[in-house]
Amino acid sequence: MNLIEFISQPWHWSVTGLGIALVAFLLVYAGERFGLSSSFEAFCIIGGAGKKVPYFKRDWKEKAWLIVFAVGSAIGGYIGVTLLQSPEPVRIAADSVQSLTALGVHLPLSKAEGLGYIPVDLFNFSNLLTVKGFILMIVGGFLIGFGTRYADGCTSGHSISGIANLQPSSMVATIGFFIGGLITTHLLFPFIFSL
Amino acid sequence: MKYLRFLFIGILFGIIMTKGEVVSWFRMQEMFRFDGFHMYGVIGTAVIVTAIWIFLVKKFNARSIDNTPLKFKIMSLQWTRLLLGGIIFGLGWAMTGACPGPLYVLAGHGHLIILVVIAAALLGTLTYGVLRDKLPH
Repeated sequence: MNLIEFISQPWHWSVTGLGIALVAFLLVYAGERFGLSSSFEAFCIIGGAGKKVPYFKRDWKEKAWLIVFAVGSAIGGYIGVTLLQSPEPVRIAADSVQSLTALGVHLPLSKAEGLGYIPVDLFNFSNLLTVKGFILMIVGGFLIGFGTRYADGCTSGHSISGIANLQPSSMVATIGFFIGGLITTHLLFPFIFSL
Repeated sequence: MKYLRFLFIGILFGIIMTKGEVVSWFRMQEMFRFDGFHMYGVIGTAVIVTAIWIFLVKKFNARSIDNTPLKFKIMSLQWTRLLLGGIIFGLGWAMTGACPGPLYVLAGHGHLIILVVIAAALLGTLTYGVLRDKLPH
């Protein structure tokens, strides 16, 4: 097994967690912070939202690094599914497979059916105008953009950087994130997937 | 070129998030259903290791590559916005199976549909900016 084949296998959670901590460190060492929902603000500021909305009337140069980081993330994602593509699609616990199958979600069994990152038969352009697709993609996206600004951070800024920096506010926000995620998964999904 | 460093850190982030399967909608479901340890292991390791390096850089008064003080965010305990905003984000997190960072990574996987999700997120952020003064914080 050569080096590329070795790192192309799915990574263990400890290696992944260590890698995220390294990225957080590198961003702070580079003079910024590990807080990625600010990228949405950056796009709004650069898009000229400050002309109409005072909240976005800020210097775009302070946030420009987030756009560069976002482009880098996309390139890294591309490398991850091409040069470093896993030999098998993402595999999750059998209990989850069963619950999702009961909801009618198809899990890819081979790479021909997808790599197991997004559910391709739910997230696609022809589903955008179905009620289910609209909720999962458009409403879901909207809530991410709205909620992260309202809570002033997301998983990277609050759940990882904030908690690691022992900030009580980040612990409260993270509890909120989980309450929301559990409501969607356990209360809303049975309804949404019946539509 | 000052921005080049963020491009490289971004590339590293995209690879880690992809190979660690942190950008998988299915992994988020496994987490919210408490069926697997993977995501808890990832987040737990990231938090503990980050806590250790934060402790060390504070102890040794480390400075950035440009010799500026390191940036750490301090936020007061504003219960309403943290809980309400947190729950709103959490609802969307489970629907899309992605937080903000992973959206860019997934777009890089070649899923153009994710650009629509990002556009919806930008609309959400824009809406917050408009409604900000009317919302309880």
